[in-house]
Amino acid sequence: MAIKLVLNGTPRSLDADPAMPLLWALRDLAGLTGTRFGCGVAQCGACTVHLDGQPVRACLTPLGAAQGASVTTIEGLSADGNHPLQRAWVELGVPQCGYCQAGQLMSAAALLARNPHPNDEAIDAAMSGNLCRCGTYPRIRAAIKKAAGETP
Amino acid sequence: MTALSRRGVLKATLGGFALGLYPGLGAAAPKRAKGLQPNVFVHLSPDGAVTLTVHRSEMGQGIRSTLAYLFAGELGADLARVSIEQAVGDAAYGDQNTDGSSSIRGKLDWLRRFAATARVMLLTAAAERWEVPVSACEAKAHFVVNTLTGAKLSFGELAEAAGKLPVPADDAVTLLPDAAHPWLGRSAPSIDAQSFVTGAAQFGADVTLPGMLIAVIARPPVVGGRIKRLDARAALKVPGVKKVLALPTPRAPWGFQPWGGVAVLATNTWAAIRGRAALAIDWEHGPNASYDSAAFRDGLHRALQSPGVTLREVGDVDRALAGAARIIEAEYDVPHLPHSPMEPPVALARFQRGACEVWASTQNPQAARKTVAETLGLPESKVTVHVTLLGGGFGRKSKADFCAEAAWLARAVKAPVRVQWTREDDVRHDYYNTVSAQKLTAGIDATGQLVAWRHRTAFPPISTLYGGPPVPGPGDLQQGVLDLALAVPNVRAEGCEAPGAPVRIGWLRAVYNLFHAFAVGSFIDELAHARKEDPRATWLSVLGPPRHASLRELGIPALKNYNASLDEHPVDVARLRQVLERVTKASGWEAGARAGPRRAPQLPQLRGGRGVGGASGRAHRGRRGVAGHRRRAHRQPRPRALPDGGLGGVRPQPRLLRRPHHERRGDAAVELP
Repeated sequence: MAIKLVLNGTPRSLDADPAMPLLWALRDLAGLTGTRFGCGVAQCGACTVHLDGQPVRACLTPLGAAQGASVTTIEGLSADGNHPLQRAWVELGVPQCGYCQAGQLMSAAALLARNPHPNDEAIDAAMSGNLCRCGTYPRIRAAIKKAAGETP
Repeated sequence: MTALSRRGVLKATLGGFALGLYPGLGAAAPKRAKGLQPNVFVHLSPDGAVTLTVHRSEMGQGIRSTLAYLFAGELGADLARVSIEQAVGDAAYGDQNTDGSSSIRGKLDWLRRFAATARVMLLTAAAERWEVPVSACEAKAHFVVNTLTGAKLSFGELAEAAGKLPVPADDAVTLLPDAAHPWLGRSAPSIDAQSFVTGAAQFGADVTLPGMLIAVIARPPVVGGRIKRLDARAALKVPGVKKVLALPTPRAPWGFQPWGGVAVLATNTWAAIRGRAALAIDWEHGPNASYDSAAFRDGLHRALQSPGVTLREVGDVDRALAGAARIIEAEYDVPHLPHSPMEPPVALARFQRGACEVWASTQNPQAARKTVAETLGLPESKVTVHVTLLGGGFGRKSKADFCAEAAWLARAVKAPVRVQWTREDDVRHDYYNTVSAQKLTAGIDATGQLVAWRHRTAFPPISTLYGGPPVPGPGDLQQGVLDLALAVPNVRAEGCEAPGAPVRIGWLRAVYNLFHAFAVGSFIDELAHARKEDPRATWLSVLGPPRHASLRELGIPALKNYNASLDEHPVDVARLRQVLERVTKASGWEAGARAGPRRAPQLPQLRGGRGVGGASGRAHRGRRGVAGHRRRAHRQPRPRALPDGGLGGVRPQPRLLRRPHHERRGDAAVELP
């Protein structure tokens, strides 16, 4: 069955079982490998993408849920990798192994879209579902504030 | 040559390095036709392009950046003219097993020399051209400068002439003075940061080959188990599933061989996962069928009740304990720990024309090459292992089992195969950090002085993976038992035999230090309660005055000492004391003592559910690390239990079970919460 969606701004049709998790449709069918597989049960946040602007865990979101919707992955966060969050991430040296960071950025971007100036509590609440085993959390928080135009 | 889906070279915006984000496809250390290539790490082409090869695996520690800056700085290169390649697994690069914090430690000058050799050859070529002494030439920003005349020759102009010179002997190569190295000891941006934030970075599962199948494997639920009956009909009906294949049953000792079970191969990952769920397998569980982790733990504790092999001895512990006014005793156990890197193990293999090529997020591409060669019965020269970025490793990805699984399947199904471990696989079938139990016994004299310290530790060590006996030896107890400085006149440490080794034991970041530090730190608290003093004071008195502890003081004939001499890597009590001082200061320990609830005596208190942790690595003496390498020698935990635990707060560790201690005499038994 063909699922029609707008993927990173481009209308696409993905021919797959609507029950296939969006994660695998993105990675294996659409070739967008920036969305990472971490746990498969929505416990780590590495696969976070935007579905109509809302952050969702792609590993438990069926492809069918994206029918007619807009999906944004890390590849579509900005045209040239210079979203304010991406710039802040690089400038503050947030990534270590880098594996979780696409998901972290997508959660952070959704946060800033609805709350342009989040305080620590808002950041913690929005980011608590995204694990990082390198422990980059303090820099993530600083980078979100920097991107929000505040001194971290 | 290849149809890899996302091949290509991306320009990194930072540092100016050009990154071959794709792991190189050629043979190891390809010999370039032209220019200067004095060794496998450095190549300068006549057009001035410098290619630096990094040979260690990147998993968040910054080693790719560290090596890039280290080499580029030592060479005198302009970063904008440098590109970085990731080495394949090949002994020509020396040790590539990226673990044990060993990439730079003890190897800094050895590494710098590769780039310095190229620099010296460029200087020599320029000196011959100008007919001046080499000492009158300097390499800077991709030029050699004649310091007598100010004349300059570009690296590119000199490449051919330098390449024709004999490669100088090591003792003819002088390293830059540290201060002249532009990056040594300085911070610098990661060369990979931009690729991480755009999603372009390639981890193990991001490499794709045409016609590739994705395999998910149902592994034996019990170590040593085998398939008794397999019904794959339902699995084969799952759309996308192409094949179901039983892997060979592994034979002890386990090593890195493929871990057996039934592989479901499909055109996409989800189909493979669904296919695996649809398998009907009856397992013959084998000799570990009755393994019970609680019974095993009890067996470890039983082993602690009689003397083990003495591996450290100072004075006469038995006599001191017999004469002590009070005995404090406690037992601890810590279960297996899985590595759980964010990226589960994953490898892609292609077998064609009698050769195998593997792409994997491996910490040890040489071990992967060897294991794949053994698995397929090939000479190593027919195996190429490319290293992708690693989404964490922690020691798990030093083991090559997942690479061998992919290689075996690729040959069997005559198609490229990516073996994808799921998170459940990772937790259930890991090379776990070992399970352990410990018993600490202290004797206190009538004046409250600590006069005896006995430490028994029982666990199956890593050597059981290769068939060794389940009893820890001195190489294992070096981690937190033999190298612990104790200002106690009578000390003994014993390694006790575990009741077997029923799972694969591996090394996990810090390895045996994890549970030894836990037990020692907890036992110090017991002593503090017994002596009615601040645990910090107990720590400081047990460690004793600032000093470097000698082998004689430690009561050991030798110390493996992470393959360094005690002079290079001392047991430095001053450093430990400083960590304690700084951690307690940063955590408001004194304020807590003043504000704590009334107790007699009043001990420092942290609020409920919160603790203070301090981490201390023993310093390696000599020059500090290099640019790009994150320094974590001292990290100040904040006494807050926040979601950002990794760098800051310390969360309760429910997995670290503390058993009730057995107070044989005295009255100081205090149950910790």
